[in-house]
Amino acid sequence: MRRIMVGVKRVVDYNVRIRVKPDNTGVITEGVKMSINPFDEIALEQALRIKEQGLADEVLAVSIGPADTQQQLRTALAMGADRAILVQTDAAMAPLSIAKIFQKIAEAEQPFLTLLGKQAIDEDNGQTAQMLAALLDRPQATSCSKVDIADGKATVTREVDSGLETLEVDLPAVLSVDLRLNEPRYVKLPDIMKAKKKPLDIKSVADYGVTEGAAFKTVKVDPPPSRQKGIIVKDVAELVGVLKQKGLV
Amino acid sequence: MLHCRNSRTLGVNRGLPEDSIVYTYRAPLRDIRFVVHDVLDFEENYRAYGREDLKRELLEGILEEGARFAEDVLAPTNRVGDVHGLVFENGEVRTPPGFKEAYDRYCKDGWITMTADPAWGGQGLPGGFSLAFGEMLVSGNMAWRMYSGLTESAALTIAAHGSDTLKRTYLPKMIAGDWSGTMCLTEAHSGTDLGILKTRAEPQADGSYAITGTKIFISAGEHDLTQNIVHLVLARLPDAPAGTRGISLFVVPKFRPDANGDAGERNGVVCGSIEHKMGIHASPTCVMHFNDSTGWLLGKPNEGLACMFTMMNQARLGVGLQGHGLSELAWQASIAYANDRLQGRAMSGVKEPGKAADPIIVHPDVRRMLLTQKAFVEGGRVLCFLTGREIDSAHLNPDPQARQASNDLIAFLTPIVKGFLTEAAMEVTSLAVQIHGGHGFIRQTGVEQLMRDARITPIYEGTNGVQALDLLGRKVFGTGGKSQQMIAARIVDSIKKFGGLPEIAPLAADLGRRLEQWGRLTAELGLAAKNNPDEVGAAATDYLHVSGYICLAWCWLVAAGVAAKKHAEDPSDDFYTAKLVTARHYFSRILPRVDSHAAAARAGATGLMALTADQFAIA
Repeated sequence: MRRIMVGVKRVVDYNVRIRVKPDNTGVITEGVKMSINPFDEIALEQALRIKEQGLADEVLAVSIGPADTQQQLRTALAMGADRAILVQTDAAMAPLSIAKIFQKIAEAEQPFLTLLGKQAIDEDNGQTAQMLAALLDRPQATSCSKVDIADGKATVTREVDSGLETLEVDLPAVLSVDLRLNEPRYVKLPDIMKAKKKPLDIKSVADYGVTEGAAFKTVKVDPPPSRQKGIIVKDVAELVGVLKQKGLV
Repeated sequence: MLHCRNSRTLGVNRGLPEDSIVYTYRAPLRDIRFVVHDVLDFEENYRAYGREDLKRELLEGILEEGARFAEDVLAPTNRVGDVHGLVFENGEVRTPPGFKEAYDRYCKDGWITMTADPAWGGQGLPGGFSLAFGEMLVSGNMAWRMYSGLTESAALTIAAHGSDTLKRTYLPKMIAGDWSGTMCLTEAHSGTDLGILKTRAEPQADGSYAITGTKIFISAGEHDLTQNIVHLVLARLPDAPAGTRGISLFVVPKFRPDANGDAGERNGVVCGSIEHKMGIHASPTCVMHFNDSTGWLLGKPNEGLACMFTMMNQARLGVGLQGHGLSELAWQASIAYANDRLQGRAMSGVKEPGKAADPIIVHPDVRRMLLTQKAFVEGGRVLCFLTGREIDSAHLNPDPQARQASNDLIAFLTPIVKGFLTEAAMEVTSLAVQIHGGHGFIRQTGVEQLMRDARITPIYEGTNGVQALDLLGRKVFGTGGKSQQMIAARIVDSIKKFGGLPEIAPLAADLGRRLEQWGRLTAELGLAAKNNPDEVGAAATDYLHVSGYICLAWCWLVAAGVAAKKHAEDPSDDFYTAKLVTARHYFSRILPRVDSHAAAARAGATGLMALTADQFAIA
């Protein structure tokens, strides 16, 4: 079975204006629209395209999160994933814990390709793919904006500061994907209906021998300071003066 | 910034002036969810009637992806459709840029199959739930929605009354969206009064009929979205009795199906012209000539009107939903503008010292308008979906008595949903123009389109005058007042259920008094009508308003009751705070309109009938 594994994270939809809880312990998610992390959606789309090219047999979507994450996995199944695993937990999970769980799943499922978003838009850590590759001792390529699979290798293009970088990595490998890789498809209504019958396994963190919780503690969450009223300066000299006075230059 | 699936837009701004600043539509998923799950609990209803497959999670997935279609694919075509309009040339209609692409995606992604029978390729989702998606389609683009909406209704009519051959020939094509549908009722001299229509149907040797006549005001009678157009035509058989009992219904395709069941030869159906209208510019309103066109009888001879009413009742609810969907869009444009438009300062002191002026939302009068919009929109949503839930119960409930009760409730609510929510749409879209001030009156902001598009809704599918007569004459007096008492009893149940909550108690007491007032008015009008039949017509419109305001108060009571419980669990959630404030706004500032309408309803027919027609003279 030529399998592709895709990580799918449940995040606050990117259209939603984020609001901080009044007690500063986190952001408000109650009643807020939640979606698949957009980068993960791109990873899933790529996996589906590889399968549609006949280069893979199965796409497995995996997620770690609260019970409601089933909603995002059902969307992944409606998009075309063949089955899904939810590692259910209400605890906040750090990238390393996530990578360790993914490692265990990958060892059991033996995907020839693991695709992850380059980061999740909630906390912007951008670490899971790299950690997972290291734990699995597999080649990795990050922030891919083009992925071609042939002859047991992945040829990827990465957008770097100096331009475009093309890498070849041996499979099995872990790739993280960037925004311009593809445009995810619209979900079809009949596929939503069919998705309810596709297998979705629920596991616990303990099933993978990983301890819940993060190695860090969230002390306080504040909204960004609201923008202050600007001032108009007469000339460059005054501008420099103001900047110096504020300690900015 | 991230642009994922949402970056794919079809026809965005094509054909629009470059300086157009048009609001964007966001599907109000939070409120839709609140109504579908928390207020009405559709899932529970489905489970009770053996549709365990329709779990909340599934409904949720459909709503979210449906919202994506409405927001990203459909909404960008709305303004283009209004500005660009339709092109009519050589008997053919070209739809505005982006319409065909959006329609193809709607079909290709299976949305068009939502409620259709799985035996014919449908997804078999309940019609009541589909109203939630229907709302989003209307807000996305009302004119575009009419093409597929008519097709779905026509297919349902064929499914309900058609022979096996008709079903096999038409349903798969129509359910897939390859062929579209229309309803051809009106003729130049025969609009509200269908009994006098003249289109003829001559029986042919092969069992078909030759249809000849001219129909007007045929929405989507001709267009370039589909391979074929299937007209459902009301016509008279040669031996038909006069009046409404002599009307039969026929299936008349633009192209006759060939041996393979595909669109074959032209069938003598021609679009003579399209109307130039005040609104819904992107929906072709056609004059259709039928000239010895081959048609097939749908249902039994002379029972066409009854068959068509399957479609009409659904269409009436659909028009109410149109009013509601346009109101939602008008409200969205208004909140965005009221927060953005800097003008003047708050009377109570400057609110935004860093800006040249305060946004106009600081002013009490602007808030009055916004809250009034919100009250009609969110209350209207409960009313539409509550009717939808009854539609589902009427289909799914195995108990015939309970089904009948649901059907009675739907029958009572249909003229209210149609008549009252379309009147509300007139007010809400007009308020949107008012909130935008001079910028609302010019075309650039796009809100005047909503007012023009909404204006048809109190007119078509039975004018609101007809709806009012239907409510008071047929539904209320026709049942000896029982239907009104039945709904009053349902409202009393809700008062009992929520009246104990401290926030709700004053609202419940108020609604209780209004119910008594409504009951008294109904009885009084019943007595008056016994002596003079004109009394029904004289009181009907105001009675419809009284009924509408009270039913909307019921919706708000229930919504506020649920919100009050949620608010107690999580006081920090603004959504529930706003619900409770809006409910109080409705009860204190809108519901009192019942008094003036009740007084007008009581004023009687004498004054209205006092003048001769000649005395209505220009002085």
